[in-house]
Amino acid sequence: MRGLADLYLQQLKTGIASMLQYRATLVIWLIGSVLEPLIYLVVWSTVSRSSGGAVGGYGARDFAAYYIVLMLVNQATHTWVMYEFDYRIREGMFSAILLHPVHPVHADIADNLSSKVVTLPFMAAAACGLAVLFHPAFHFAWSAAAAFVPALVLAFLLRFLVDWTVALAAFWTTRVTAINQIHFMAVLFFSGQIAPLAVLPRPLQVAATVLPFRWTIGFPVELALGRLTPAQILSGFGAQAGWLLAAAAILRFAWRASVKRYSAVGA
Amino acid sequence: MSFFRLLWLFARVGVMGEMAYPANFLAHVLDSMLELGTALAGLAVVFAHTLTLGGWRSDELVALVGVYFLVGGVIGLVIQPGMEQLTESVRDGTLDFTLAKPEDAQILVSVWRVEVWKMIDVGLGFAILAVSLARLGERVGVRQAASFAAAILVGGVIIYSFWLILATTAFWLVRVENILVIFQSVYEAGRWPVSIYPGWLRFGLTFLVPVAFAITVPAQALSGRVTAPALLGAAAFAAALFGAARIFWRLGIRRYSGASS
Repeated sequence: MRGLADLYLQQLKTGIASMLQYRATLVIWLIGSVLEPLIYLVVWSTVSRSSGGAVGGYGARDFAAYYIVLMLVNQATHTWVMYEFDYRIREGMFSAILLHPVHPVHADIADNLSSKVVTLPFMAAAACGLAVLFHPAFHFAWSAAAAFVPALVLAFLLRFLVDWTVALAAFWTTRVTAINQIHFMAVLFFSGQIAPLAVLPRPLQVAATVLPFRWTIGFPVELALGRLTPAQILSGFGAQAGWLLAAAAILRFAWRASVKRYSAVGA
Repeated sequence: MSFFRLLWLFARVGVMGEMAYPANFLAHVLDSMLELGTALAGLAVVFAHTLTLGGWRSDELVALVGVYFLVGGVIGLVIQPGMEQLTESVRDGTLDFTLAKPEDAQILVSVWRVEVWKMIDVGLGFAILAVSLARLGERVGVRQAASFAAAILVGGVIIYSFWLILATTAFWLVRVENILVIFQSVYEAGRWPVSIYPGWLRFGLTFLVPVAFAITVPAQALSGRVTAPALLGAAAFAAALFGAARIFWRLGIRRYSGASS
């Protein structure tokens, strides 16, 4: 256990150091991750204003609050392992990674956390800027804030494990772009990014409740905004925990099967 | 016209290069279809709640998505790959060979790489436009079609000049590929009419990154909502930007010191 803690600490340090080297990439990435929620914020506020002030229980200022919080939650749970995997397989980098004495998922989680540390101040500033521009309607409650923290941690872990498992497809095929795109589409529609769950058509709502994506983004956002009843919060935690166990089991199985397939030049 | 002769030549070279990987065709079709499906499904979600978005009806927004794919396809087909190679050549000094050629160097760098798979996006854009035209019906007459053609030409010139100016900064800044990537993420905003955005963002999307001229204005022209003076103004802006890009390019070339000097 101590060894694992050391690994996380060291990976976190090197991760932060290397993130700070690529500052331009950081800026580009920030523009993208602010602009996307901003676009949907504007679209849905426009819709709510033109249809009598509210859509699915959200007014223009509620949408502003929803998408500002979503921007932060999305940033906190976001990963890019699918690109990394594609690159690692093409370059044969797994030959070295497989020799490491610990499961490679730990190094990736620590690396991902280091990017959060670096980008957090920028995202906080962006959130404040958007709050000034769009006057979001926040209803702060201590109980929601307290429940939000574990929900966010579970959401991060769940999204990471799901993404990491999907990324394993790179072991099986060289055409991962199509798989990634389908995955992004699923995240966009079922996680609450394209619209809050209450605004989605009924079939999409049902699918979103069954699939894991909503529990990685939409659930913590609605929780933070105080839009969920205690019963909904409890069942949400249940869904998060259930999916987390399932994802960990699938990852374990898929990882073993994938490694068996791995071959590299010189390996 | 040496421009069209060179474009045709490089397009043929591009096709020949990609013919070696025929299986890529299906993969690229799948990618483009998924992206289009995402855009249209997004519209469906929005229009399940409203009849108009900022004054645009759903058929008009479908046309906008068509323009988005069409223009994005053309950018990805020749403009972006050419400009990326330009910044690369400035950095490693291989622009020497291009400058030594008897053709105009600006024309050469504008067409020297053709990413043929992007033809799929251009084709999808046309298909979507055709479908939305059929649904818009008789409201699109000869006048609207003509002003659409003019608007898309003007938008194309503005987008090209914009890219050339960005890429030309490489003569001073050397590493600018990141600036080019920013365009990609901002272009996404053009999937919706710029009129719905707040003023500061609308200004940015019109003059800093000219997404409005490239996508919103042509789509507006299709439903006859662009007046002749506005179109003339846009054309004047396009001409001015094109001239400025040309002058800037000349300055850049003068500044360039190749690998051999």
